[in-house]
Amino acid sequence: MNTILEARKLSMNFGGLRALDRVDIDVLPGQITALIGPNGAGKTTFFNCITGIYSPTEGDIFITPPGGRQKRITGFNIHRVTESGVARTFQNIRIFPDMTVLENVMIGRHCRTNTGVLGAILRDKGTMEEEKAIVARSYEILKKIGLTEHVNLLARNLPYGAQRRLEIARALATDPFLLLLDEPAAGMSSQETKDLEALIISIRDEWEISVFLIEHDMRLVMGLSDSVYVMDYGEMIARGTPQEIRQNPEVITAYLGEDVSA
Amino acid sequence: MSNLYNTKYMEGMKQSVVVSLWFMFLTFPIMVIRVNTIENIIEWRWMNMIYVGAGSFILSFIWRYLSGKDISKRKESIDARGERRSILQRLVSEKKLSLPALAIVFGIAIIFPFVSSTYQTNIMTTALMYVVLGLGLNIVVGQAGLLNLGYVAFYAAGAYTYALLYHHFGVGFWVALPLGALAATILGVLLALPILRLQGDYLAIVTLGFGEITRLVLENWNEFSFGPSGISGIPRPGLFGMEMGMHDATVYLYFLMIMLCIITIFVVNRLQDSRIGRALLALREDEIACQAMGIDKTRVKLTAFALGSTWAGLVGVIFAAKTTFVNPASFTFLESAMILSIVVLGGTGSIIGIIIGALLLILLPEYLRAFSDYRMLLFGLIMVIMMIFRPQGIVTGVRRTYEFHTEEK
Repeated sequence: MNTILEARKLSMNFGGLRALDRVDIDVLPGQITALIGPNGAGKTTFFNCITGIYSPTEGDIFITPPGGRQKRITGFNIHRVTESGVARTFQNIRIFPDMTVLENVMIGRHCRTNTGVLGAILRDKGTMEEEKAIVARSYEILKKIGLTEHVNLLARNLPYGAQRRLEIARALATDPFLLLLDEPAAGMSSQETKDLEALIISIRDEWEISVFLIEHDMRLVMGLSDSVYVMDYGEMIARGTPQEIRQNPEVITAYLGEDVSA
Repeated sequence: MSNLYNTKYMEGMKQSVVVSLWFMFLTFPIMVIRVNTIENIIEWRWMNMIYVGAGSFILSFIWRYLSGKDISKRKESIDARGERRSILQRLVSEKKLSLPALAIVFGIAIIFPFVSSTYQTNIMTTALMYVVLGLGLNIVVGQAGLLNLGYVAFYAAGAYTYALLYHHFGVGFWVALPLGALAATILGVLLALPILRLQGDYLAIVTLGFGEITRLVLENWNEFSFGPSGISGIPRPGLFGMEMGMHDATVYLYFLMIMLCIITIFVVNRLQDSRIGRALLALREDEIACQAMGIDKTRVKLTAFALGSTWAGLVGVIFAAKTTFVNPASFTFLESAMILSIVVLGGTGSIIGIIIGALLLILLPEYLRAFSDYRMLLFGLIMVIMMIFRPQGIVTGVRRTYEFHTEEK
């Protein structure tokens, strides 16, 4: 089967602690894939390994851009992963607080543009056109995400839910084919979560970007995902459709603990 | 109601009394005791103590009034964007205001050397040099958020480039100017390479060490830099081989500095709102997120250091030409600290703030000479007060806003 992201026997050690233990994962194009698991299961570590924040101890990561060839990205620098078309958001929001909302998104265009120092000083025709295109594209993205009323607001002044959406907008600006969302619904109200659900679906269907997300909100995960992976103590313990996962005894044990009396 | 007012008033009184007692106690050794070395007696100047007490009592009232007012003002004047804009910021960002203001400033700058003494022009030239240094350091510290305490090393690189090139090869000012900038840029990149992985405190310590190493090398490597005695007899910049007197040369240098200032402001301003400028800002805001946006951290850091140190190199060459003499004593840590103070006091990231900061920090000590002994004391006091009331600097940087006229379909 053709995958868009593949992890093979991915392991990550922190000193004596094995945070990831030979994890295999296949993300399929055009799908929403979810990664769930109890706290400390290694989900974020897994994301960090894929996006180059950590360099995995063992194993390999491959990506296959749509219409492209498979490429090994193990141990890539963070910015090269993004350049390759895999964008991400963070569990604890990491927007640029003292830049405006629009500028936050404009930063996302950095790796798809190439004005240098000289161009910035001379402001030649090419630079100006590129700058215009950056602004136009960023605005377009904000429009789709629904943040246009706050374009010139400093990002720090945005309400919490909007900050999370801004992070997604910013990631989308890098023209990814795969978007990794680390707990996008954390701390959101039920209405905000509903909006987020619609947004994620539109990212898959309208933007044609595959989504891979970590989430604790089970209602969201089950309603949204095409396939679900479950992780516990750094190991992948189950994979399947939301239906299958719901009935998997191992998953239930991982979440609720072993029934001692049985 | 009046009761409440009274208790508040009494509280204020009590606080002020405590403050003035503290001040009397703290300033006791310097204000009251005086050793008369001629007659070998100790003078007790009790009157001074009373002055200090009364002065600090009144000042503490003014202080409380100001800080109280500040808070209430902050609540009121948040505009639609949720940001406070000062008069200075509006002066910069609104064309209707900024063009006439610019014309006036420019006019004053042109007339200045013709209506003031050589001494005044000289000081102003120095202040302008620090404007450029401040703007240069701001690229590294203010925009990219990389605390650099060794900035003076690049300044020295420029100065020594000119001094040595002249000494050995007789190279003139105009040739040395770009070479000095180049030398500083290269040094900047060389320094940036080993410290790419460092952040925050560690970065500060390493850059501090780098600055000191540079100075020590210049001081001790006699064959290369002629040690503490330095290099003298460096020619002032020429103008088509014309001979100039002391006054004319000073005025000429002043206009050179004005030109360099304009170029610096122009370039820095354009960089700020460019793709590169945004990348620098993103690096300051969040290093991980910045990289996750596809920005090559290494490249951005190198760019920041290179861009920042170029200006120091340029000013260094001008410094050598201005004083016609360089030695390591001009490039101590105090210089780095001074330039950093300009950036912080002026307002990190704000061009106009840094210009004002530089002018204040350089001109103030000169004009405070009237207070002779208390000059540095007053200077320090002003800085402390500034940092308490405006920790964000005189002018805070304002991000560019964009307008969109979209017709909804």
